[in-house]
Amino acid sequence: MTAILSVQGLVKSYDGRPVVNGATFSATAGECFGILGPNGAGKTTTMRCCLGLTAPDEGGVELCGYSIPAMAREARYRVGVVPQFDNLDPDFTVTENLVMWARYYEISKRDARAMVPRLLELAGLEDRADARIDALSGGMKRRLTIARALVNDPDVLFLDEPTTGLDPQARHLVWDGLRRLAKEGKSLILTTHFMDEAERLCDRLCIMDAGKIIAEGSPRQLIESHIEPVVVEVFGEGVHEWAEKEASVLVERLEVSGETAFCYTHSADAILAAMSSYPQLRAMRRVANLEDVFIKLTGRDIRD
Amino acid sequence: MNLRFLHIVERNFLVWRKLMIPSLTTNLADPLFYLVGFGFGIGSLVGTVNGRPYVEFLAGGMLCYSTLNSATAEALYSAFSRLKMQRTWEGILHTPMTVADIVIGEWLWAALKAVLSGSAILLIMYALGIAHGFRPLVVLPVLFLLGLCVAGLALVMTTIAKGFDFFAYYFTLVLTPMSFLSGVFFPLQSLPVSVQKIALILPLAHAALLSRGLVFGDDIPHPVLSLLLLAVYGVIGVAVSVRIATRRLHR
Repeated sequence: MTAILSVQGLVKSYDGRPVVNGATFSATAGECFGILGPNGAGKTTTMRCCLGLTAPDEGGVELCGYSIPAMAREARYRVGVVPQFDNLDPDFTVTENLVMWARYYEISKRDARAMVPRLLELAGLEDRADARIDALSGGMKRRLTIARALVNDPDVLFLDEPTTGLDPQARHLVWDGLRRLAKEGKSLILTTHFMDEAERLCDRLCIMDAGKIIAEGSPRQLIESHIEPVVVEVFGEGVHEWAEKEASVLVERLEVSGETAFCYTHSADAILAAMSSYPQLRAMRRVANLEDVFIKLTGRDIRD
Repeated sequence: MNLRFLHIVERNFLVWRKLMIPSLTTNLADPLFYLVGFGFGIGSLVGTVNGRPYVEFLAGGMLCYSTLNSATAEALYSAFSRLKMQRTWEGILHTPMTVADIVIGEWLWAALKAVLSGSAILLIMYALGIAHGFRPLVVLPVLFLLGLCVAGLALVMTTIAKGFDFFAYYFTLVLTPMSFLSGVFFPLQSLPVSVQKIALILPLAHAALLSRGLVFGDDIPHPVLSLLLLAVYGVIGVAVSVRIATRRLHR
Protein backbone atom coordinates (compact mmCIF):
# COMPACT_ATOMS: atom_id res chain seq x y z
CA MET A 1 0.00 0.00 0.00
CA THR A 2 1.48 3.33 -1.00
CA ALA A 3 1.15 6.38 1.21
CA ILE A 4 -0.51 9.29 -0.55
CA LEU A 5 0.24 11.56 2.39
CA SER A 6 2.90 11.05 4.98
CA VAL A 7 3.60 13.46 7.81
CA GLN A 8 6.76 13.10 9.91
CA GLY A 9 7.39 14.89 13.19
CA LEU A 10 5.54 18.05 12.22
CA VAL A 11 6.10 21.05 14.52
CA LYS A 12 4.59 24.48 14.02
CA SER A 13 4.51 27.31 16.57
CA TYR A 14 2.79 30.66 16.48
CA ASP A 15 4.21 33.37 18.74
CA GLY A 16 6.22 30.78 20.66
CA ARG A 17 3.19 28.59 21.33
CA PRO A 18 3.35 25.17 19.65
CA VAL A 19 0.11 24.50 17.74
CA VAL A 20 1.34 21.31 16.12
CA ASN A 21 3.84 19.48 18.27
CA GLY A 22 5.42 16.47 16.64
CA ALA A 23 2.54 15.04 14.61
CA THR A 24 3.31 11.87 12.66
CA PHE A 25 0.80 9.92 10.58
CA SER A 26 0.22 8.66 7.07
CA ALA A 27 -2.75 8.05 4.80
CA THR A 28 -2.91 5.32 2.17
CA ALA A 29 -4.04 5.89 -1.40
CA GLY A 30 -7.77 5.28 -1.79
CA GLU A 31 -8.70 5.49 1.87
CA CYS A 32 -10.67 8.04 3.80
CA PHE A 33 -8.42 9.26 6.58
CA GLY A 34 -9.72 11.43 9.41
CA ILE A 35 -7.98 13.83 11.74
CA LEU A 36 -10.20 13.99 14.77
CA GLY A 37 -9.65 16.47 17.56
CA PRO A 38 -11.21 19.11 19.78
CA ASN A 39 -11.16 22.79 18.84
CA GLY A 40 -7.64 24.17 18.86
CA ALA A 41 -6.00 20.74 18.61
CA GLY A 42 -4.01 21.84 15.56
CA LYS A 43 -6.06 20.09 12.85
CA THR A 44 -6.33 23.05 10.49
CA THR A 45 -2.67 23.99 10.95
CA THR A 46 -1.69 20.40 10.18
CA MET A 47 -3.76 20.54 7.01
CA ARG A 48 -2.22 23.86 6.01
CA CYS A 49 1.24 22.32 6.45
CA CYS A 50 0.21 19.32 4.32
CA LEU A 51 -0.85 21.65 1.50
CA GLY A 52 2.26 23.82 1.74
CA LEU A 53 0.21 26.86 2.73
CA THR A 54 2.41 27.32 5.74
CA ALA A 55 5.95 26.07 6.33
CA PRO A 56 6.45 23.87 9.41
CA ASP A 57 9.20 24.74 11.90
CA GLU A 58 10.28 21.10 11.94
CA GLY A 59 9.37 17.83 10.28
CA GLY A 60 8.44 16.87 6.76
CA VAL A 61 5.42 16.23 4.60
CA GLU A 62 5.16 14.17 1.44
CA LEU A 63 1.99 14.53 -0.61
CA CYS A 64 1.34 12.59 -3.84
CA GLY A 65 5.06 11.89 -4.01
CA TYR A 66 6.01 15.55 -3.77
CA SER A 67 8.01 16.99 -0.91
CA ILE A 68 6.07 19.80 0.79
CA PRO A 69 6.43 22.79 0.95
CA ALA A 70 9.21 22.77 -1.68
CA MET A 71 7.03 21.19 -4.38
CA ALA A 72 3.65 22.32 -3.02
CA ARG A 73 2.60 24.04 -6.22
CA GLU A 74 3.15 20.87 -8.26
CA ALA A 75 1.36 18.75 -5.66
CA ARG A 76 -1.68 21.03 -5.68
CA TYR A 77 -2.40 20.01 -9.30
CA ARG A 78 -3.23 16.57 -7.87
CA VAL A 79 -5.19 17.86 -4.88
CA GLY A 80 -8.61 19.40 -4.21
CA VAL A 81 -9.29 21.49 -1.12
CA VAL A 82 -12.53 22.18 0.74
CA PRO A 83 -11.71 24.81 3.36
CA GLN A 84 -13.51 25.23 6.66
CA PHE A 85 -14.89 28.63 5.70
CA ASP A 86 -16.54 28.97 2.33
CA ASN A 87 -14.51 31.15 0.02
CA LEU A 88 -16.54 30.80 -3.13
CA ASP A 89 -16.14 33.83 -5.35
CA PRO A 90 -19.14 36.06 -4.55
CA ASP A 91 -18.60 38.08 -7.74
CA PHE A 92 -19.50 35.04 -9.86
CA THR A 93 -22.47 32.73 -10.36
CA VAL A 94 -22.39 29.02 -9.56
CA THR A 95 -21.27 28.04 -13.08
CA GLU A 96 -18.77 30.88 -13.34
CA ASN A 97 -17.21 29.79 -10.05
CA LEU A 98 -16.53 26.33 -11.45
CA VAL A 99 -15.21 27.57 -14.79
CA MET A 100 -12.93 30.19 -13.28
CA TRP A 101 -11.58 27.68 -10.77
CA ALA A 102 -10.65 25.34 -13.63
CA ARG A 103 -8.77 28.19 -15.30
CA TYR A 104 -6.45 28.42 -12.28
CA TYR A 105 -5.45 24.83 -13.13
CA GLU A 106 -4.65 25.79 -16.75
CA ILE A 107 -7.76 23.98 -17.98
CA SER A 108 -9.13 25.52 -21.18
CA LYS A 109 -12.42 27.39 -21.07
CA ARG A 110 -13.97 24.85 -23.41
CA ASP A 111 -13.00 21.86 -21.30
CA ALA A 112 -14.05 23.69 -18.17
CA ARG A 113 -17.51 24.46 -19.55
CA ALA A 114 -17.88 20.86 -20.69
CA MET A 115 -17.39 19.53 -17.15
CA VAL A 116 -19.87 21.92 -15.51
CA PRO A 117 -23.05 19.82 -15.96
CA ARG A 118 -21.46 16.76 -14.35
CA LEU A 119 -20.15 18.80 -11.41
CA LEU A 120 -23.52 20.50 -10.90
CA GLU A 121 -25.20 17.11 -10.87
CA LEU A 122 -22.69 15.85 -8.32
CA ALA A 123 -23.47 18.84 -6.13
CA GLY A 124 -27.23 18.53 -6.72
CA LEU A 125 -27.27 22.09 -8.04
CA GLU A 126 -28.49 21.49 -11.60
CA ASP A 127 -31.26 24.05 -11.22
CA ARG A 128 -28.95 26.65 -9.67
CA ALA A 129 -26.43 26.91 -12.49
CA ASP A 130 -26.83 30.66 -12.86
CA ALA A 131 -27.61 31.50 -9.24
CA ARG A 132 -25.56 34.07 -7.35
CA ILE A 133 -23.50 32.67 -4.49
CA ASP A 134 -25.27 34.70 -1.82
CA ALA A 135 -28.57 33.12 -2.91
CA LEU A 136 -27.35 29.63 -1.92
CA SER A 137 -27.99 27.96 1.43
CA GLY A 138 -25.09 26.82 3.63
CA GLY A 139 -25.47 23.24 2.45
CA MET A 140 -25.53 24.25 -1.22
CA LYS A 141 -22.42 26.36 -0.77
CA ARG A 142 -20.59 23.46 0.84
CA ARG A 143 -21.63 21.09 -1.95
CA LEU A 144 -20.53 23.63 -4.54
CA THR A 145 -17.20 24.01 -2.75
CA ILE A 146 -16.76 20.23 -2.92
CA ALA A 147 -17.67 20.22 -6.61
CA ARG A 148 -15.22 23.06 -7.18
CA ALA A 149 -12.48 21.01 -5.53
CA LEU A 150 -13.05 18.31 -8.16
CA VAL A 151 -12.50 20.39 -11.32
CA ASN A 152 -8.92 19.15 -11.64
CA ASP A 153 -9.94 15.51 -11.08
CA PRO A 154 -7.68 15.29 -8.01
CA ASP A 155 -6.23 12.13 -6.48
CA VAL A 156 -6.68 13.51 -2.98
CA LEU A 157 -9.38 15.66 -1.49
CA PHE A 158 -8.65 17.65 1.67
CA LEU A 159 -11.75 18.60 3.64
CA ASP A 160 -11.50 20.84 6.69
CA GLU A 161 -14.58 20.21 8.87
CA PRO A 162 -16.80 19.59 5.84
CA THR A 163 -20.13 19.53 7.68
CA THR A 164 -19.61 22.10 10.44
CA GLY A 165 -22.55 24.50 10.49
CA LEU A 166 -24.84 22.34 8.34
CA ASP A 167 -28.24 21.00 9.36
CA PRO A 168 -28.77 17.19 9.61
CA GLN A 169 -30.29 16.87 6.14
CA ALA A 170 -27.45 18.80 4.55
CA ARG A 171 -24.88 16.76 6.47
CA HIS A 172 -26.30 13.49 5.17
CA LEU A 173 -26.23 14.80 1.63
CA VAL A 174 -22.57 15.79 2.00
CA TRP A 175 -21.73 12.40 3.53
CA ASP A 176 -23.39 10.58 0.64
CA GLY A 177 -21.39 12.67 -1.80
CA LEU A 178 -18.13 11.96 0.01
CA ARG A 179 -18.85 8.21 0.13
CA ARG A 180 -19.45 8.25 -3.61
CA LEU A 181 -16.08 9.94 -4.16
CA ALA A 182 -14.36 7.42 -1.92
CA LYS A 183 -15.96 4.63 -3.93
CA GLU A 184 -14.59 6.18 -7.13
CA GLY A 185 -11.14 5.72 -5.62
CA LYS A 186 -10.35 9.23 -4.44
CA SER A 187 -8.35 9.54 -1.25
CA LEU A 188 -10.05 11.74 1.32
CA ILE A 189 -8.29 13.50 4.16
CA LEU A 190 -10.74 15.17 6.49
CA THR A 191 -10.63 16.95 9.80
CA THR A 192 -13.65 16.86 12.05
CA HIS A 193 -14.74 17.08 15.64
CA PHE A 194 -17.90 15.10 14.92
CA MET A 195 -17.49 11.52 16.14
CA ASP A 196 -20.40 10.19 14.11
CA GLU A 197 -18.92 11.75 10.98
CA ALA A 198 -15.54 10.15 11.62
CA GLU A 199 -17.10 6.79 12.47
CA ARG A 200 -19.29 6.81 9.36
CA LEU A 201 -16.79 8.01 6.80
CA CYS A 202 -13.27 7.15 7.85
CA ASP A 203 -11.46 3.92 7.08
CA ARG A 204 -8.76 5.05 9.46
CA LEU A 205 -8.27 8.07 11.63
CA CYS A 206 -5.97 9.67 14.11
CA ILE A 207 -6.97 11.53 17.23
CA MET A 208 -5.16 14.80 17.74
CA ASP A 209 -4.98 16.77 20.95
CA ALA A 210 -2.79 19.73 21.87
CA GLY A 211 -0.84 19.36 18.64
CA LYS A 212 0.01 15.69 19.17
CA ILE A 213 -1.35 12.50 17.63
CA ILE A 214 -2.51 10.42 20.57
CA ALA A 215 -4.06 7.45 18.74
CA GLU A 216 -4.30 6.08 15.22
CA GLY A 217 -6.29 3.23 13.69
CA SER A 218 -9.66 2.24 12.26
CA PRO A 219 -12.71 3.37 14.27
CA ARG A 220 -13.36 -0.24 15.32
CA GLN A 221 -9.74 -0.85 16.36
CA LEU A 222 -9.70 2.34 18.39
CA ILE A 223 -12.90 1.43 20.21
CA GLU A 224 -11.77 -2.14 20.87
CA SER A 225 -8.34 -1.23 22.11
CA HIS A 226 -9.31 1.72 24.31
CA ILE A 227 -12.81 1.13 25.62
CA GLU A 228 -14.89 -1.60 27.27
CA PRO A 229 -17.64 -2.66 24.84
CA VAL A 230 -20.69 -1.51 26.81
CA VAL A 231 -21.49 1.84 28.38
CA VAL A 232 -24.24 2.49 30.93
CA GLU A 233 -24.97 6.14 31.57
CA VAL A 234 -26.74 6.60 34.91
CA PHE A 235 -28.30 9.89 35.93
CA GLY A 236 -30.84 11.26 38.40
CA GLU A 237 -30.95 12.35 42.03
CA GLY A 238 -28.45 10.53 44.25
CA VAL A 239 -26.24 9.45 41.39
CA HIS A 240 -23.09 10.49 43.25
CA GLU A 241 -23.99 8.38 46.27
CA TRP A 242 -24.92 5.44 44.05
CA ALA A 243 -21.72 5.70 42.10
CA GLU A 244 -19.61 5.73 45.24
CA LYS A 245 -21.41 2.92 47.06
CA GLU A 246 -22.52 0.57 44.29
CA ALA A 247 -20.94 1.26 40.95
CA SER A 248 -17.36 1.70 42.09
CA VAL A 249 -17.09 -1.96 43.07
CA LEU A 250 -18.94 -3.34 40.02
CA VAL A 251 -17.72 -1.34 37.09
CA GLU A 252 -14.44 -1.84 35.27
CA ARG A 253 -14.06 1.86 34.72
CA LEU A 254 -16.26 4.55 36.25
CA GLU A 255 -16.33 8.19 35.42
CA VAL A 256 -18.64 10.72 37.07
CA SER A 257 -19.07 13.96 35.19
CA GLY A 258 -21.61 16.51 36.39
CA GLU A 259 -24.81 14.63 37.15
CA THR A 260 -24.02 11.56 35.07
CA ALA A 261 -22.09 8.41 35.95
CA PHE A 262 -20.48 6.75 32.91
CA CYS A 263 -20.01 3.04 33.60
CA TYR A 264 -17.69 1.26 31.15
CA THR A 265 -18.07 -2.50 31.34
CA HIS A 266 -18.34 -5.83 29.52
CA SER A 267 -21.78 -6.59 30.92
CA ALA A 268 -24.47 -4.14 31.85
CA ASP A 269 -26.71 -6.52 33.80
CA ALA A 270 -24.97 -6.28 37.16
CA ILE A 271 -24.96 -2.51 36.96
CA LEU A 272 -28.63 -2.29 36.10
CA ALA A 273 -29.40 -4.70 38.95
CA ALA A 274 -27.47 -2.52 41.38
CA MET A 275 -29.87 0.32 40.62
CA SER A 276 -32.90 -1.51 42.06
CA SER A 277 -32.79 0.23 45.43
CA TYR A 278 -32.39 3.66 43.80
CA PRO A 279 -35.75 4.11 42.02
CA GLN A 280 -35.12 7.76 41.19
CA LEU A 281 -32.12 6.89 38.98
CA ARG A 282 -32.45 6.36 35.27
CA ALA A 283 -30.06 4.56 32.95
CA MET A 284 -29.20 4.44 29.29
CA ARG A 285 -27.32 1.46 27.98
CA ARG A 286 -25.48 1.55 24.69
CA VAL A 287 -22.45 0.15 22.85
CA ALA A 288 -19.18 2.01 23.16
CA ASN A 289 -18.43 4.42 20.35
CA LEU A 290 -15.70 6.69 19.13
CA GLU A 291 -16.86 9.50 21.34
CA ASP A 292 -16.02 7.41 24.41
CA VAL A 293 -12.51 6.83 23.06
CA PHE A 294 -12.18 10.49 22.30
CA ILE A 295 -13.35 11.61 25.73
CA LYS A 296 -11.14 9.05 27.45
CA LEU A 297 -8.08 10.23 25.57
CA THR A 298 -8.70 13.98 25.51
CA GLY A 299 -10.64 14.47 28.77
CA ARG A 300 -13.93 16.20 29.42
CA ASP A 301 -12.66 19.75 29.76
CA ILE A 302 -14.00 22.41 27.42
CA ARG A 303 -11.48 23.50 24.76
CA ASP A 304 -11.45 26.87 23.12
CA MET B 1 8.27 32.70 -18.17
CA ASN B 2 5.04 31.73 -16.50
CA LEU B 3 1.93 33.72 -17.29
CA ARG B 4 -0.32 32.38 -14.57
CA PHE B 5 -0.91 35.91 -13.31
CA LEU B 6 -3.02 36.45 -16.44
CA HIS B 7 -5.72 34.26 -14.86
CA ILE B 8 -6.15 36.94 -12.19
CA VAL B 9 -6.47 39.60 -14.89
CA GLU B 10 -8.98 37.31 -16.58
CA ARG B 11 -10.94 36.89 -13.35
CA ASN B 12 -11.13 40.59 -12.65
CA PHE B 13 -12.00 41.35 -16.26
CA LEU B 14 -14.91 38.87 -16.18
CA VAL B 15 -16.25 40.49 -13.03
CA TRP B 16 -15.77 43.99 -14.47
CA ARG B 17 -17.61 42.98 -17.63
CA LYS B 18 -20.76 42.35 -15.62
CA LEU B 19 -20.74 45.92 -14.35
CA MET B 20 -19.29 47.43 -17.49
CA ILE B 21 -22.10 49.89 -18.26
CA PRO B 22 -22.21 51.72 -14.91
CA SER B 23 -18.41 51.56 -14.72
CA LEU B 24 -17.91 53.12 -18.15
CA THR B 25 -20.58 55.73 -17.45
CA THR B 26 -18.68 56.97 -14.37
CA ASN B 27 -15.45 56.86 -16.33
CA LEU B 28 -16.91 59.22 -18.91
CA ALA B 29 -19.24 61.38 -16.85
CA ASP B 30 -16.89 62.38 -14.02
CA PRO B 31 -14.09 63.83 -16.17
CA LEU B 32 -16.63 65.47 -18.47
CA PHE B 33 -18.03 67.50 -15.58
CA TYR B 34 -14.54 68.27 -14.29
CA LEU B 35 -13.31 69.50 -17.63
CA VAL B 36 -16.40 71.47 -18.53
CA GLY B 37 -16.90 72.85 -15.02
CA PHE B 38 -13.36 73.62 -13.95
CA GLY B 39 -11.76 73.90 -17.36
CA PHE B 40 -14.17 76.35 -18.92
CA GLY B 41 -15.55 77.81 -15.68
CA ILE B 42 -12.32 78.54 -13.83
CA GLY B 43 -10.62 78.90 -17.18
CA SER B 44 -12.68 82.00 -17.90
CA LEU B 45 -11.22 83.58 -14.73
CA VAL B 46 -7.67 82.31 -15.19
CA GLY B 47 -7.25 82.93 -18.88
CA THR B 48 -4.15 81.14 -20.17
CA VAL B 49 -1.54 79.01 -18.40
CA ASN B 50 1.90 78.64 -19.96
CA GLY B 51 0.49 80.26 -23.07
CA ARG B 52 -2.44 77.88 -23.61
CA PRO B 53 -6.10 77.88 -22.49
CA TYR B 54 -6.58 76.67 -18.91
CA VAL B 55 -8.86 73.84 -20.03
CA GLU B 56 -6.01 72.36 -22.08
CA PHE B 57 -3.61 72.67 -19.16
CA LEU B 58 -6.14 71.02 -16.87
CA ALA B 59 -6.94 68.24 -19.35
CA GLY B 60 -3.25 67.27 -19.54
CA GLY B 61 -3.19 66.95 -15.73
CA MET B 62 -6.59 65.27 -15.46
CA LEU B 63 -5.40 62.43 -17.71
CA CYS B 64 -2.91 61.54 -14.97
CA TYR B 65 -5.07 62.43 -11.99
CA SER B 66 -7.89 60.22 -13.20
CA THR B 67 -5.49 57.37 -13.96
CA LEU B 68 -4.08 57.70 -10.46
CA ASN B 69 -7.49 57.61 -8.83
CA SER B 70 -8.67 54.65 -10.84
CA ALA B 71 -5.54 52.55 -10.19
CA THR B 72 -5.67 53.44 -6.51
CA ALA B 73 -9.33 52.53 -6.07
CA GLU B 74 -8.79 49.16 -7.71
CA ALA B 75 -5.53 48.22 -5.97
CA LEU B 76 -6.67 49.54 -2.60
CA TYR B 77 -10.38 48.94 -2.01
CA SER B 78 -11.21 46.25 -4.55
CA ALA B 79 -8.05 44.23 -3.98
CA PHE B 80 -8.40 44.51 -0.21
CA SER B 81 -11.95 43.22 -0.26
CA ARG B 82 -10.73 40.24 -2.30
CA LEU B 83 -7.89 39.70 0.16
CA LYS B 84 -9.80 40.14 3.41
CA MET B 85 -13.60 40.24 3.15
CA GLN B 86 -14.19 37.75 0.34
CA ARG B 87 -11.12 35.56 1.04
CA THR B 88 -10.74 35.27 -2.71
CA TRP B 89 -6.94 35.28 -2.63
CA GLU B 90 -6.89 32.66 0.13
CA GLY B 91 -9.12 30.41 -1.93
CA ILE B 92 -7.06 30.82 -5.09
CA LEU B 93 -3.96 29.71 -3.16
CA HIS B 94 -5.54 26.25 -2.86
CA THR B 95 -4.98 25.91 -6.60
CA PRO B 96 -1.52 25.90 -8.24
CA MET B 97 -1.54 29.72 -8.25
CA THR B 98 1.02 31.45 -6.01
CA VAL B 99 0.93 34.67 -4.01
CA ALA B 100 3.19 36.31 -6.60
CA ASP B 101 0.78 35.29 -9.40
CA ILE B 102 -2.11 36.88 -7.54
CA VAL B 103 -0.40 40.13 -6.58
CA ILE B 104 1.15 40.64 -10.02
CA GLY B 105 -2.20 39.90 -11.64
CA GLU B 106 -3.93 42.47 -9.45
CA TRP B 107 -1.17 44.98 -10.22
CA LEU B 108 -1.53 44.54 -13.96
CA TRP B 109 -5.32 44.64 -13.80
CA ALA B 110 -5.39 47.86 -11.78
CA ALA B 111 -3.07 49.49 -14.33
CA LEU B 112 -5.22 48.32 -17.25
CA LYS B 113 -8.35 49.65 -15.60
CA ALA B 114 -6.57 52.93 -14.99
CA VAL B 115 -5.68 53.22 -18.67
CA LEU B 116 -9.36 52.82 -19.42
CA SER B 117 -10.15 55.82 -17.20
CA GLY B 118 -7.41 57.78 -18.92
CA SER B 119 -8.74 56.80 -22.34
CA ALA B 120 -12.17 58.07 -21.36
CA ILE B 121 -10.68 61.49 -20.68
CA LEU B 122 -8.82 61.45 -23.95
CA LEU B 123 -12.07 60.64 -25.69
CA ILE B 124 -13.74 63.63 -24.05
CA MET B 125 -10.79 65.80 -24.99
CA TYR B 126 -11.30 64.82 -28.63
CA ALA B 127 -15.02 65.50 -28.33
CA LEU B 128 -14.43 68.93 -26.80
CA GLY B 129 -11.85 69.76 -29.46
CA ILE B 130 -9.00 69.92 -26.94
CA ALA B 131 -7.07 67.06 -28.54
CA HIS B 132 -6.42 66.63 -32.26
CA GLY B 133 -5.01 63.95 -34.55
CA PHE B 134 -3.30 60.67 -33.58
CA ARG B 135 -0.38 62.15 -31.70
CA PRO B 136 -2.07 62.38 -28.26
CA LEU B 137 -2.60 58.60 -28.31
CA VAL B 138 1.07 58.03 -27.44
CA VAL B 139 0.19 59.14 -23.92
CA LEU B 140 -1.66 55.86 -23.32
CA PRO B 141 1.45 53.71 -22.65
CA VAL B 142 2.63 56.39 -20.23
CA LEU B 143 -0.72 56.24 -18.43
CA PHE B 144 -0.29 52.46 -18.22
CA LEU B 145 3.12 53.00 -16.63
CA LEU B 146 1.61 55.52 -14.21
CA GLY B 147 -1.09 52.95 -13.42
CA LEU B 148 1.58 50.33 -12.61
CA CYS B 149 3.44 52.86 -10.48
CA VAL B 150 0.41 53.91 -8.46
CA ALA B 151 -1.04 50.39 -8.18
CA GLY B 152 2.32 49.11 -6.92
CA LEU B 153 2.33 51.67 -4.12
CA ALA B 154 -1.33 51.07 -3.28
CA LEU B 155 -0.80 47.29 -3.10
CA VAL B 156 1.80 47.82 -0.37
CA MET B 157 -0.91 49.55 1.68
CA THR B 158 -3.43 46.84 0.79
CA THR B 159 -1.21 43.97 1.88
CA ILE B 160 -0.28 45.72 5.16
CA ALA B 161 -3.80 46.88 6.03
CA LYS B 162 -5.85 45.22 8.76
CA GLY B 163 -9.00 47.12 7.79
CA PHE B 164 -10.35 49.78 5.44
CA ASP B 165 -9.73 52.52 8.05
CA PHE B 166 -6.01 52.20 7.48
CA PHE B 167 -6.36 53.64 3.98
CA ALA B 168 -7.32 57.03 5.43
CA TYR B 169 -3.63 57.55 6.30
CA TYR B 170 -2.59 56.86 2.75
CA PHE B 171 -5.10 59.36 1.40
CA THR B 172 -4.35 62.09 3.91
CA LEU B 173 -0.58 61.70 4.01
CA VAL B 174 0.24 60.65 0.45
CA LEU B 175 -2.46 60.98 -2.17
CA THR B 176 -4.02 64.32 -1.27
CA PRO B 177 -0.73 66.21 -0.92
CA MET B 178 0.56 64.57 -4.09
CA SER B 179 -2.55 65.65 -6.01
CA PHE B 180 -2.00 69.29 -5.08
CA LEU B 181 1.79 69.36 -5.34
CA SER B 182 2.16 67.76 -8.76
CA GLY B 183 1.02 70.54 -11.06
CA VAL B 184 -2.22 68.88 -12.01
CA PHE B 185 -4.68 71.69 -11.35
CA PHE B 186 -2.25 74.62 -11.46
CA PRO B 187 1.32 74.97 -12.65
CA LEU B 188 4.11 73.93 -10.30
CA GLN B 189 5.81 77.27 -10.78
CA SER B 190 3.06 78.97 -8.75
CA LEU B 191 4.32 77.15 -5.64
CA PRO B 192 7.27 78.21 -3.46
CA VAL B 193 10.60 76.87 -4.75
CA SER B 194 11.09 74.65 -1.69
CA VAL B 195 7.77 72.95 -2.37
CA GLN B 196 8.61 72.58 -6.07
CA LYS B 197 11.65 70.53 -5.02
CA ILE B 198 9.42 68.08 -3.17
CA ALA B 199 7.42 67.63 -6.35
CA LEU B 200 10.52 66.19 -8.02
CA ILE B 201 10.09 62.91 -6.14
CA LEU B 202 6.33 62.65 -6.78
CA PRO B 203 5.38 60.27 -9.59
CA LEU B 204 2.25 62.26 -10.43
CA ALA B 205 4.32 65.39 -11.14
CA HIS B 206 6.48 63.48 -13.61
CA ALA B 207 3.46 61.87 -15.22
CA ALA B 208 1.81 65.29 -15.67
CA LEU B 209 4.93 66.63 -17.40
CA LEU B 210 5.07 63.61 -19.70
CA SER B 211 1.37 63.82 -20.43
CA ARG B 212 1.36 67.51 -21.41
CA GLY B 213 4.45 66.95 -23.49
CA LEU B 214 2.98 64.02 -25.40
CA VAL B 215 -0.52 65.43 -25.89
CA PHE B 216 0.26 69.11 -26.57
CA GLY B 217 3.94 69.07 -27.45
CA ASP B 218 5.06 71.01 -24.36
CA ASP B 219 8.70 70.68 -23.39
CA ILE B 220 9.46 67.60 -21.20
CA PRO B 221 12.50 68.47 -19.03
CA HIS B 222 13.81 64.93 -18.36
CA PRO B 223 11.71 62.37 -20.25
CA VAL B 224 13.90 59.33 -19.56
CA LEU B 225 14.30 60.17 -15.89
CA SER B 226 10.55 60.67 -15.52
CA LEU B 227 9.75 57.34 -17.17
CA LEU B 228 12.35 55.54 -15.06
CA LEU B 229 11.02 57.05 -11.88
CA LEU B 230 7.49 55.78 -12.61
CA ALA B 231 8.82 52.31 -13.44
CA VAL B 232 11.02 52.09 -10.35
CA TYR B 233 8.22 53.09 -7.98
CA GLY B 234 5.91 50.54 -9.55
CA VAL B 235 8.37 47.64 -9.54
CA ILE B 236 9.54 48.28 -5.98
CA GLY B 237 5.92 48.63 -4.90
CA VAL B 238 4.82 45.31 -6.36
CA ALA B 239 7.93 43.47 -5.15
CA VAL B 240 7.37 44.68 -1.59
CA SER B 241 3.66 43.81 -1.84
CA VAL B 242 4.46 40.24 -2.89
CA ARG B 243 6.75 39.87 0.13
CA ILE B 244 4.23 41.25 2.59
CA ALA B 245 1.35 39.25 1.12
CA THR B 246 3.44 36.06 1.24
CA ARG B 247 4.13 36.59 4.92
CA ARG B 248 0.48 37.36 5.54
CA LEU B 249 -1.08 34.46 3.62
CA HIS B 250 1.51 31.76 4.29
CA ARG B 251 1.61 32.41 8.02
